[in-house]
Amino acid sequence: MKEFLIRSLIQKSITLFFISVISFLVIHLAPGEPSQINPLNPKFTPELIKRFRQQFHLDKPIYVQYLIFYRDLFSGRLRSWKDGRPVLEKIWERFLNSLPLFISGTFLTWTISFPLGIQSAIRRGSLFDRTSTFFAYLFISIPGFFFAYVLIIFVVNRFHVPVIGMETFGISGPWYFKLMDRIWHLLLPSVLSAGSGIAILSRYVRSQMLEVESQDYIRTARAKGLPEDVVHYKHALRNALLPFVTMFGLVIPGLIGGSVIIESIFSWPGIGRLAYEAMLSRDYPVVITLNFISAVLVLIGTFISDLLYMIVDPRIRL
Amino acid sequence: MSTWQLLKKNRLAILGLVFLLFFFLFAIFGLIVTSGKNPIFNPYTIRLQEKLKPPFSKANKEVLSPDQIPPFGIYIFGTDDLGRDVFSRMLQGAWVSLTVGFVSVGISTAIGIIIGGIAGYYGKEHPFVDILITGMIDIMLCFPSFFLVLTVMAFVPGSIYTIMAVIGLTNWMGTARFVRAEFLSLREQDFILAAKALGLSEFRIIFRHMLPNAMAPVLVSATLGIASAILIEAGLSFLGFGVPPPYATWGGILSDGRRYLFDAPWLTFIPGIAILFVVLSFNLFGEGLRDALNPRLRE
Repeated sequence: MKEFLIRSLIQKSITLFFISVISFLVIHLAPGEPSQINPLNPKFTPELIKRFRQQFHLDKPIYVQYLIFYRDLFSGRLRSWKDGRPVLEKIWERFLNSLPLFISGTFLTWTISFPLGIQSAIRRGSLFDRTSTFFAYLFISIPGFFFAYVLIIFVVNRFHVPVIGMETFGISGPWYFKLMDRIWHLLLPSVLSAGSGIAILSRYVRSQMLEVESQDYIRTARAKGLPEDVVHYKHALRNALLPFVTMFGLVIPGLIGGSVIIESIFSWPGIGRLAYEAMLSRDYPVVITLNFISAVLVLIGTFISDLLYMIVDPRIRL
Repeated sequence: MSTWQLLKKNRLAILGLVFLLFFFLFAIFGLIVTSGKNPIFNPYTIRLQEKLKPPFSKANKEVLSPDQIPPFGIYIFGTDDLGRDVFSRMLQGAWVSLTVGFVSVGISTAIGIIIGGIAGYYGKEHPFVDILITGMIDIMLCFPSFFLVLTVMAFVPGSIYTIMAVIGLTNWMGTARFVRAEFLSLREQDFILAAKALGLSEFRIIFRHMLPNAMAPVLVSATLGIASAILIEAGLSFLGFGVPPPYATWGGILSDGRRYLFDAPWLTFIPGIAILFVVLSFNLFGEGLRDALNPRLRE
């Protein structure tokens, strides 16, 4: 067990090093050196080139550039080009805004997909199964932004209430009034971010459950004369759930990755929107840091899922 | 039963396939009628006097010059905020979706086969190569796909070719994993030993004997990959990092139409439903193919 942990940690730290290198190399993506770029390109003003050279010390060898960048990042000296504020502080602020969205979206995904997938598997081939399969394909295939606009059109035409932003502009009233307003604004984006998640996860639950239901020990349980409910929920479900424990770890990266489009549509001042704004204004420090953080989150997620797997599956501990 | 017979039983997959054929024809037809100097369906013609007309409205021939009148004098899908014919723009955009989907998946599948093949075939004798490649795959998988594509597209000049290349270069990991796993098990089998004993060249063993046996999962993941590539392209165009205007893409039409969400909902619904149907068909067909190729389901 200890050996497994140490091996995993070493592997993850090596990966972390390469992630930091790749994230950093993003600034060299733009063709050529910024100073050599066509002066007619309006995206590269002389001021921007000067700042670019200063910030990333482009005259120094590349490994020095790399070291300086991460020294600045971790000591909090790295500043955004747009407003001069420390990058980490800016990201933390937006992260707190994204958090409620992420929590409610994840909560919806996990609470809805399991009953849905289990029921589909138990009643395989029924009308319920076929309907949920159809909707699952629909939600996997629908572009998030189109679905968002369909929902916005429906909600605004039907209920005549504002849906954009984190709260209604200039709202006043007692605290519970504000709270209700907040929750209302949270509803639509979290349903959207949960939509495709529910579709994918419930399909996965269904296939996992079907796989387990065809095992010999399920047949044995039935042959013993156990009631169907006990067979399904005690014998089958417990074993089918095993792989999903590990997926808890893989939820973490969703904090940044999936939210760019939804947050820009709903003008939600979260991390995804910050990334989009930074890309539009070519705010290199913020973009690189966000890329680095999102990759690190994935890494942490896989580490947590390794750990969880070790805890739930005794076969690995040996 | 053969794969095709199994596939034919899956009604949804066949429905997807039929719709895909229709989409190919639409895209090829679109390429022919919207390109050239004097295209029949001109997606660039601006008619400010005819802006935001709903679908199926007739063109007002009195205010238009002869070369501005759309074919058949009717705006099948209406017009946008500049009075451009949405049907022509959809025709032009279909080709973008189709080529981006196929070319980017072609690139990622080729990279995946080569990298996964090297790791699977030579991995045993040269463990270092295998560690290097699986490590590379793990590292690449750490970057969230859409976010990575978006970052790269924000810094390189946007064109249809860079989009294809970027999507292709950032989505090969799944294929590489499949191919590596397949090759690892294939190379232990007797027919490969026989091929080696016959003195066949490595090139011939890999491409003639091993690859065809590893193609099934690759094909399925490529079909599903096209669906996600089309979604990524639409998302990029929507965020403004896609093919630069005035060239029309489905995501771009939807993005332009969002300011008129309530006055001209067809600018949202037409491209949105088109993307949904194309992606859905690729997904249905891909899943059907997976079931049909699954040896466990064969009798």
